[in-house]
Amino acid sequence: MASILVFGETDDAGLTAPTLEMLGAASRLSGDLGGGVALALIGSGLADAAAVAGPAGADTVYTADADSVAAYQTDSYLPVAQGIVEQDSPAVVLMSQSSMGRDLAPRLATRLGTAAIMDSLGLEVEGDRVKATRSCYGGNARQVVTVQTDPQVVTVRPKSQDPLEADASRSADVIAVDVAEPTLRARTTGKEQAESEGIRLEDAEIVVSGGRGLGGPEAFADLESLAGVLTAAVGSSRAACDLGWYPPSQQVGLTGTVVSPTLYVAIAISGASQHMAGCGGSKNIVAINKDPDAPIFAFSRFGIVDDYKKVLPALESAFAEALD
Amino acid sequence: MDVIVCVKQIPDPETPAAAFKVDEAAMQVLPAQGISPVISPFDAQAVEAALRIKDASGDGSVNIISLGPDSARDAIKHSLAMGADEGYHLKDDAFDGGDAWTTALALSKAIQHLGVPDVLIFGRQAADWDQGTVGSIVAELLDLPSATVLRAVEMTGDSITVSRVVADGFENIELPTPCVLTISNEFGDPRYPQLRQIMQAARKQVTELTAADLGLDASEVGAAGARVQMHALFQPTSDVEVEIIEGDTPEEKAAGLVNALREAKIL
Repeated sequence: MASILVFGETDDAGLTAPTLEMLGAASRLSGDLGGGVALALIGSGLADAAAVAGPAGADTVYTADADSVAAYQTDSYLPVAQGIVEQDSPAVVLMSQSSMGRDLAPRLATRLGTAAIMDSLGLEVEGDRVKATRSCYGGNARQVVTVQTDPQVVTVRPKSQDPLEADASRSADVIAVDVAEPTLRARTTGKEQAESEGIRLEDAEIVVSGGRGLGGPEAFADLESLAGVLTAAVGSSRAACDLGWYPPSQQVGLTGTVVSPTLYVAIAISGASQHMAGCGGSKNIVAINKDPDAPIFAFSRFGIVDDYKKVLPALESAFAEALD
Repeated sequence: MDVIVCVKQIPDPETPAAAFKVDEAAMQVLPAQGISPVISPFDAQAVEAALRIKDASGDGSVNIISLGPDSARDAIKHSLAMGADEGYHLKDDAFDGGDAWTTALALSKAIQHLGVPDVLIFGRQAADWDQGTVGSIVAELLDLPSATVLRAVEMTGDSITVSRVVADGFENIELPTPCVLTISNEFGDPRYPQLRQIMQAARKQVTELTAADLGLDASEVGAAGARVQMHALFQPTSDVEVEIIEGDTPEEKAAGLVNALREAKIL
């Protein structure tokens, strides 16, 4: 039995960055809760990912390794996740606020007779409860909450927690879990991969983002050009995505991707709270906006008050010269 | 097809940040002066999705349920004005201080009370607490298949095909009926009620249901039944001081910014 069971996710590199971050948080919190850290992996071909779980902070790894659960589907993952929680009986279950976590956490919690707190930013232990600080009201407010029933299910916002330095001397016990043939009611019939050229938003050191103030979809070509010079990813506000100017996969914000690059360049973005919920963790924000009263400036280290159409070409050549 | 949509009335999420105030002691958001509460935008999109299913199937109904104080009636009326058929208001002091769990419990009882429809639709999250769990909890309580965070919903014969927004694209999912769906902002704009529809909706009866009507004891709902406890509510503060880069020309400003970034060792 672990004090904290982390439901991890894998990608080509092994454990995803949010999984490593959750293991870091779990290691920090488990000391106060008095118990170990377990990682649960559901998927296909998990051996490599399971091998790095120990160095990343797990004491135990549960692997549910089967082709039938290669990709997340509510109906196939739910009984497997339930089985692992019942086998381990942890005090706390952590999941990422990912496509999987958003969908799985509330259903799993209900099935276990408990509740889930979603999208937490900060986690502290008080007594036997995990106090989670989370954003609400579109980023305008924060609340501190606890789950009063057991186990306490909490989803964690990517990049809100620090991973441990990998320690190769640590290893985890691997427990293989049987996967019964799932009964699918809702069935995934296909997937459309978003056309993503260049750097993934969540991995980028620099993000160049545009908002409604751009006035139309054409301007994103100029942002892409600037991003090319900076080796940056291109993001968009929800307003611009909802207008169809840029793909939803590039949306930065509460309902999109959360980014925390070294440099976030916000171009013609007003700085609505729900957008700041997605980029507020950036180390440095630079805003270009013609409205000197735009809320974005309150979050920015540097600002230029001017029409982006005039500034952008000059900025691109200035960056190109500086980085040459 | 018969559809039920669950909606919530919330403080307008477009409230300017400067007008947004919190009473920290009461752990409540204070109503902003002159800014009326609205139906949660994702819920309006959920009503739109339901109306399109009804239009495409040629018959059936779209009924609305909302749990909340008196003001929840306005979210129901807005949905009726959009074209929904009947409204049900879960209204009881016993519901006060509840959480996602108690809300979902009461909604699931109300849905069973009315008869489980072919499709149940929710917004992906209420734009006040931003939890996004009520739809999934109801699905679990009613033992129904679910698909969440959807940008498109289509009827194909007796089943429903949806497009789910995921981190790296979209998943196509096929569900049998009855099922639970939650709608995301990518779905597109909901229809806006015309004056004539608003007048018609104003005359429509909204049925009120109490905890007792749903077979729920006061100890199961509201603060007494809540599984999540709030300890604090506050507004975040930003400790950044912005430096505006001045210049007579865009070129000067651009060069100034690049210099500033270099001096701060950001570049």
